[in-house]
Amino acid sequence: MGPVMIVLLVVVAVLLLAFLWVIGTYNGLVRLRNQVKNAWAQIDVQLKRRHDLIPNLVETVKGYAKHERGTLDAVVQARARATGAQTVDDRIRSEGELSQALGRLMVVVEAYPDLKANQNFLALQEELTSTENKISFARQFYNDSVMQYNTRIESFPANVVAGSFAFQPATLFELQGRDERAPVAVKF
Amino acid sequence: MWEAIASNRRRSWVLIGTMGGVLVLLGAVIGMSVAAQLDGGWSRAHPSYYYVPEAPVVSPVVSMEAAAAIGVAVAVVIWLVLWAIAVGAGDSIILKSAGAREITKEQAPQLWNVVEEMSIAAGLPAMPRVYIIDDSSLNAFAVGRRPEKAAVAVTAGLLKRLNRDELQGVIGHEIGHIHNLDARFMTLAAVMLGAVVLLSRGFLRGMFYGSGGRRSSRGGGQAQLIILLAAALVAVLAPLAAQLLYLACSRRREFLADASSARFTRYPEGLASALEKISRQAGGQAEKNRVLAPLYIVNPLQEHAAFSLFSTHPKSSERIAILRRMGNAGYAAYEEAYRKIRGGACIGAGTLAKDEGASLRAPTAEPEPRASAVERAEAVGRLLDTVLPLAVIQCACGARLKIPGNFKREQVACPRCGREHATPRAAASASADAASRPMTYVRKGQGWESFDCACGHLIQLSPGFGAESVKCPKCRRKIAVTAKGESCVGP
Repeated sequence: MGPVMIVLLVVVAVLLLAFLWVIGTYNGLVRLRNQVKNAWAQIDVQLKRRHDLIPNLVETVKGYAKHERGTLDAVVQARARATGAQTVDDRIRSEGELSQALGRLMVVVEAYPDLKANQNFLALQEELTSTENKISFARQFYNDSVMQYNTRIESFPANVVAGSFAFQPATLFELQGRDERAPVAVKF
Repeated sequence: MWEAIASNRRRSWVLIGTMGGVLVLLGAVIGMSVAAQLDGGWSRAHPSYYYVPEAPVVSPVVSMEAAAAIGVAVAVVIWLVLWAIAVGAGDSIILKSAGAREITKEQAPQLWNVVEEMSIAAGLPAMPRVYIIDDSSLNAFAVGRRPEKAAVAVTAGLLKRLNRDELQGVIGHEIGHIHNLDARFMTLAAVMLGAVVLLSRGFLRGMFYGSGGRRSSRGGGQAQLIILLAAALVAVLAPLAAQLLYLACSRRREFLADASSARFTRYPEGLASALEKISRQAGGQAEKNRVLAPLYIVNPLQEHAAFSLFSTHPKSSERIAILRRMGNAGYAAYEEAYRKIRGGACIGAGTLAKDEGASLRAPTAEPEPRASAVERAEAVGRLLDTVLPLAVIQCACGARLKIPGNFKREQVACPRCGREHATPRAAASASADAASRPMTYVRKGQGWESFDCACGHLIQLSPGFGAESVKCPKCRRKIAVTAKGESCVGP
């Protein structure tokens, strides 16, 4: 085997390895991107679930707290706006407002012990709490996935593959109007 | 956590391979010892063979090599069957032996919601099935070879005693196990090693009962040696296998699951206070099944024993201290706290490099008033009633009598006030009686007569039949028999 053959074989081997690496990286990026898409869809599912819960909740509260018409109307209107939102920014904003309206409603409900003892209302409240939690966990998972994906796209060597195949970075979901940052407890 | 996940995948294969090797060895040895026993029996019947001491101890029934080969073949078959069972039904076996019952969303909405929340936070492709165990101790475990087909089980005591945040922490820990594929390794290990322990115990018992009568007193040293070797091997292997299972629940996996839980919930204090409650209680109810004990979140057998190299779970106090020391909810914070309290590394470097930190969240406000601990206990009791196959009789004094399905008596006295209640058995027999409308047959004469019972069975009366009623053998119905003209005498 002449030296030319050896060099040729080495070049072919290197090319093959590079090719395999490109395939592996591309597949990894596709998987991350799909994870981001699925996480967004999951948020969607939970938001819709919240929309479906609200009419029942409003009716139950109305039966006991007719005087709180203002708060109830605010919730109904916020929901209407949230279901009707089209662009992503619109959605994020209107969902935040809906969360705030619901929070105010829950505060108002505290003054009605009869309502708080109602089994139906308790079940609804549990559902609502759980849906809020699910929304925030889905959002959390979405943001984690987005961070992972964006970091992968931007760091070297994968950004070469990302650039050539037009992988766009994804946007984080920042829900305004809710302060989740709890004060970090300082322990000694 | 991909290092942990990859390592679990590797370890699962290693476990299957090791099990195969052990079973092959066992099979060869058992095969040869069986052949030696056969040889002993044959040579007793043919004393001429016995008196040729120079002849090699080769049984004319089957040679040692062939016996070993047969043993190996049988062992391989058993190994494949075990593997198939562990893969196909491993989850159900473990769940059933723990006494877990599946629940639906309507039966336990809060538990269901918490499991769903955690599976969303972990990004599992599908939500695990939810089970409840009728036990007043506090404990939980998870099984599942793949994250798509997993299951989480909690005890009734846990549901009663923990609030929402603590429950979330515990479920987060279990789902962490599923996510990191710990559940895959543990399920495989529990089924395979449990089966090996059973098989070896059975073989030992068979050896001592079977060969006791046939033990020949001849000097066939080699055969005896093989039998002894087999027995020794088995006697050593069975407890070793159990010990292997215990060691396999590497303590590091528990810390990793704690870190995962903190990251999913963003609230490590929840899991910390849950662990406090659990570790105070766990010794209360001894776990009957030793093979299952390592799978639980806190090992009930170990909680009060001295902490040793052979214990399956880390000390709860350490886990709690690490969780409470975290500055934020990310992996890096957990690693730092771990290093300060225990020293050494825990989470893989790759995962730490990618971790961006995660902010803590505030505790959830408890929607139901705290004073309803009794209400909560009652709610869990009602949930269990729907799930367990027990009939519940509410006595007027407030006590609830739980009657198992095979209770034979028709009346039971309330242990608190003494009132008698009819059990479901009584109701069933009463309805059976009512369903069988009383039939009367009027005899036409004194000879042979036959008629059809309502169930279709043919009943024949002989001339000598003089009783007042006859019982249909098929449907057990009592049919009154009267002669023509006689008045019907009621029972």
